[in-house]
Amino acid sequence: MKNAPLRISGLSVAYQKKPVLRDIALEVPEGKLIGIIGPNGAGKSTLIKAALGLVPRLSGEVAIYGRPYAEQRKLIGYVPQRESVDWDFPTNALDVVMMGRYGHLGWFRRPGANERRIAMECLAKVGMADYADRQISQLSGGQQQRVFLARALAQDAQLYFMDEPFVGVDAATEKAIIALLNELKAQGKTVLVVHHDLATVKEYFDWVVLLNVELIQAGPTADVFTAANLQRTYGGRLAILERNDHETGIGAR
Amino acid sequence: MDSLRELFADPNTRWIIMGCVLLGLSSGVLGSFAYLRKQALMGDALAHAALPGICIAFMLTGSKSIVLFLIGAMVSGILATLGIGAVTRHSRIKADTALAIVLSVFFGLGIVLLTQIQHSETGNQSGLDKFLFGQAATMIASDVTTMAVISFVLVFLCALFFKEFKLLAFDSGFARGMGFPVALLDQLLMLLIVVTVVVGIQAVGVVLMAALLITPAVSARYWTEKLGVMVTLAGLFGALSGFVGTWISTLGDNLPTGPLCVLAATLWFGISVLFAPRRGLVAKAMLRARAKKAIRTEGKPMTASEGGAL
Repeated sequence: MKNAPLRISGLSVAYQKKPVLRDIALEVPEGKLIGIIGPNGAGKSTLIKAALGLVPRLSGEVAIYGRPYAEQRKLIGYVPQRESVDWDFPTNALDVVMMGRYGHLGWFRRPGANERRIAMECLAKVGMADYADRQISQLSGGQQQRVFLARALAQDAQLYFMDEPFVGVDAATEKAIIALLNELKAQGKTVLVVHHDLATVKEYFDWVVLLNVELIQAGPTADVFTAANLQRTYGGRLAILERNDHETGIGAR
Repeated sequence: MDSLRELFADPNTRWIIMGCVLLGLSSGVLGSFAYLRKQALMGDALAHAALPGICIAFMLTGSKSIVLFLIGAMVSGILATLGIGAVTRHSRIKADTALAIVLSVFFGLGIVLLTQIQHSETGNQSGLDKFLFGQAATMIASDVTTMAVISFVLVFLCALFFKEFKLLAFDSGFARGMGFPVALLDQLLMLLIVVTVVVGIQAVGVVLMAALLITPAVSARYWTEKLGVMVTLAGLFGALSGFVGTWISTLGDNLPTGPLCVLAATLWFGISVLFAPRRGLVAKAMLRARAKKAIRTEGKPMTASEGGAL
């Protein structure tokens, strides 16, 4: 049997003694769009960061296509939260997208014509080709998010981690992003997305991971994204839940 | 212009000018990365932390060698960064506060040691008291040769690691995700900053070194939106400050070179803030005035392409 794109076992992470993730075991299937869902502080971003080795883990193993993360880095693409960087950095959109090639370039080698070509293609894919020379602080929030997405595309990965790519973008950008994610899926790639808006879960994702410090449930959206499971995930926030549940109904129609 | 000709006629002055220009160049280049990595204050902390290290190096060996000072400054610089890390990790104190605590402790210790040295037998000749504010006039040919070599190595390393430092400064999380050893790169950058500080101590002194690291970089940021250009400009602005500072100090008696270099850098910073294209205050005011006029006459605001996205 082929190895799963991502297999996590016994993963625990703590920030200053407070557990953020407890004993997570998860195996995601290949070629799916996967939403990571849970309330604030549930450890959604931390799950991604721990899988990528960006935060130290207390225990547990992470395997990417059956091998340790360190050996498989080139198979991974990453879209961090947009607010995680200073957009007033002296650089333009094309240059940021070229950073996606740095991992393939390795030490000391400078990006050249080939990297420039790949970066332009990726910018075109997210509809940002006209903005290649634009200084990044001159881009709107949605455009910045597209640039980050293009950078991840430039990584030419098999498995993508995206940390809240829909936050602060307008409806048009959101649709453009989701179309792109579906395109990645059609190419057999696996995409994990930290997502907040319960109303669009059924529409966007084939698979969901319900998370609240512990893994509540993971599986195909149709089976797992149920009112009862959401109750457990958002436990103690029933008022919010009912409203969201109502929206879920509308969203799914 | 006569004073300029005189400047180059005197060999001693020539050495001092070269020293200050080299110092401005390397501190401008290194300072750019420190500034963009949001570690402007780290340069200040490292400069202050260097003092006890240098004093201890002198007390142990009794010699005034730049290599020994480098080792001393590096050891105390590393201890200071570890100290800042330890304070932030094991308490609720934020990084800037931890920085302030560690900086003052190291500087205080440095002053205590400095006083000890000055009252010892060899102390008076050591010239270590000049390390607080520097004395460029004490620089001789061999000092400048050493500075030239070190500056060349510093600038070369920045060129070599340009791509890595750029990624580190813009998005360190992404860099780590791609497998670059971010902690190691961070330490390398720190190390290069410590070396710059030590090189500058003789001319500018530990207290003012931070200004020479950061001010040219901040000025350069005003003139460009490209990192490569910014780093080059910062180096040029630093070198120019070194030159102008030395020049002015030769025009009168009792004018200290190092502090004048810092003042020259600050003057240039003021010019940048006011008159830089697009980012400068004057350019922004003019853009606003044009936008206002456009609204009044056309009855509609400027298009996004004219004003830039906000």
